[in-house]
Amino acid sequence: MIASDAQSPQLAKKKFLRDATVHVQDTGHRTFVQKALGGYFVSRDAQKARYRDWEQARDAASLAKWSAVNRLDELLPLFVANFEANGGQVHWARDAEEARRIILDLVREAKAKAIIKSKCMTSEEIHLNAALEKDGYGVIESDLGEFIQQLRGEPPYHFVFPCMHVRREEISDLFGKFLGTPPTSSPEELTMIARRHMRQLYVDADVGITGANFLVAETGQISITENEGNARLTAALPRVHISLSGIEKVVEHLDDLAVLLPILATAGAGQQMTCYNTLYAGPRRDGECDGPEEMHLVLLDNSRTAILADPEQRDSLHCIRCGACLNVCPIFKNVGGFTYGTTYQGPIGSVITPHLRGLSDWNHLSAASSLCGACSDVCPVRIDIHHHLLHNRRNAARTAPNRLEKFGHQIFVIVASRPWLFAAGGAIFRRTLGVLKRLPLPLLRDWMATRTLPAAPRKSFRQQWRQAGKDSL
Amino acid sequence: MKISLFIPCFVDQMTPQVGVAVAQVFERLGHTCEFRSGQTCCGQPSFNSGYWDEAREVAIRAIGVFDGAEVVVGPSGSCVAMMRVFYPELLKDTPHETAALDLAARTFEFGEFLVKKLGVTDVGARFPHRVTYHDGCHGLRELRVKDEPRQLLRAVRDLELLECDEAESCCGFGGLFSVKFPMISAAMAEVKGGSLARTQCDYIVSSDPSCQLQLDGWLQRNWRSPTGTIPRTIHLAEVLAGAPT
Repeated sequence: MIASDAQSPQLAKKKFLRDATVHVQDTGHRTFVQKALGGYFVSRDAQKARYRDWEQARDAASLAKWSAVNRLDELLPLFVANFEANGGQVHWARDAEEARRIILDLVREAKAKAIIKSKCMTSEEIHLNAALEKDGYGVIESDLGEFIQQLRGEPPYHFVFPCMHVRREEISDLFGKFLGTPPTSSPEELTMIARRHMRQLYVDADVGITGANFLVAETGQISITENEGNARLTAALPRVHISLSGIEKVVEHLDDLAVLLPILATAGAGQQMTCYNTLYAGPRRDGECDGPEEMHLVLLDNSRTAILADPEQRDSLHCIRCGACLNVCPIFKNVGGFTYGTTYQGPIGSVITPHLRGLSDWNHLSAASSLCGACSDVCPVRIDIHHHLLHNRRNAARTAPNRLEKFGHQIFVIVASRPWLFAAGGAIFRRTLGVLKRLPLPLLRDWMATRTLPAAPRKSFRQQWRQAGKDSL
Repeated sequence: MKISLFIPCFVDQMTPQVGVAVAQVFERLGHTCEFRSGQTCCGQPSFNSGYWDEAREVAIRAIGVFDGAEVVVGPSGSCVAMMRVFYPELLKDTPHETAALDLAARTFEFGEFLVKKLGVTDVGARFPHRVTYHDGCHGLRELRVKDEPRQLLRAVRDLELLECDEAESCCGFGGLFSVKFPMISAAMAEVKGGSLARTQCDYIVSSDPSCQLQLDGWLQRNWRSPTGTIPRTIHLAEVLAGAPT
């Protein structure tokens, strides 16, 4: 993953085009992913139906995030004051490099011999594991999907379902290879293998690293949502707990979670509620029998304030990382998670990656969309995702226009502004289309490689209308 | 009512029969149609590519063309969405914003206009075929037109309406996207086109000629049907206008 940071601009786009071309030919993989999501759609719809009014729940969730994101200047200090009052320690990180340095220092101070980690996409964003490993620290991912990906040496395929592309038999083989376990095709047995392997590691670890789903300002609590109980063990058993979170995760009230937790579960995984929803309020206190001795929170900016400064796309900070937009995205389903080459895949990833890593390098993700809008329709916090893809395209055309493309659009304006020229151009196009089809013309050739093009009609509508005489058609 | 036809550039040049059918349906219902020959293209290709300055010029011109028209009706969810949803955004905070909003309030997609504005679901058409309806994304999600075309189809004599399991999925056209990312576009056509064709319909009915181009283009080239027949696409207006051969 660290290598992708060093990608040159053209490389990112080239890699995307190349990987997409390869991936779309892998019909087996595409069908597998499509089928893997089949169960999600059924349970999501069943759970949505339990809401008295799903749309109103989306309004409420969106409002909770909107009011928090628009008052970050007020709510972040409030959260920090309350978190510190609970005994936690806060560290501010301007960017990925600073966040890695802070966490490495904490790990060093803790004289850590073993580190365990629960699912945290923000840690993928800052390439934390690679940095820790480079300094000689072993890190174990305790989330089953992340653990599988770690053994495979791959980043998450989907930021909520990290190993959705992996078949059961492959997991069995993987465990056989790394853990020496006998082959099995039972999901329960596979889970138990990982569980048995993990138990001792929790006990051995000195440092536990987690993410955060929400930071509750009024109570100074960190809310973490998970299905396996691994985050609770990661946070509670090691001596030092380090949580890493983007600054946009703040919500004002504990009550906000009443809508945000269920909507995250339903939109993200088709669940009524995620199995474990835990609020962490500081380290172990006197008289308590468990919990870490130290609790640290690293608050990461990493260009989030730049998004905050853009009123048009500020709502992309509402994102609760549920992954619903990926699940409905025809681009994601057809090119697969790895093709993006980003921490955050799918529609929301295409919107925010240009902000996190540079528009000129990553605008191709905004261009690679039919703008179908399925993402915006399912977003539980009503981010205007597909329109932001348009906004990114506009910003890219403004700041770094492609000369040839801009010239094309200028010609288009000249033609579209003159009906006679439009009609004449159209007539020439229709008459010569048969010949044009046989020439290796760029756009036409790209179309015809996979699709036929119909023959052009002899007369345009405007010709027919004129010849028929007004109102006589 | 006097209806000003908004004939998108693609319909004008490549599928004129759709424009003819639209006029036939309205005239049969006793309305008058006009075609303002100053119209060309709505500017969506430039808008979607990010070249908003260029798109703005085209939009301002189009607003002028339809100035004073009582209602503007077009047989493309996508082009109508451009006028109704995106012109106001494109011209926000310019002297043309009010005119854009005014045009937006008078502009309708064909099927939506019949059902919502004219209150008609049965236009007296007969079409003895099995059909399925393809929702174009702009019609579905920008204009929120979903049930209207189906109401119209259900009222057609001898027509059997089928639903496919990917009804709300994109066909993968997306304008220039279809040639900038042809591999993704074709993969999307495979998913949607396959789902539509598996209903074993005779026709795929659509309100977007550009989706038709994509679906027809992909199916004619790639679809291997167990029955040997490949469904053709047809515009909703053509179904409502009468019987094709």
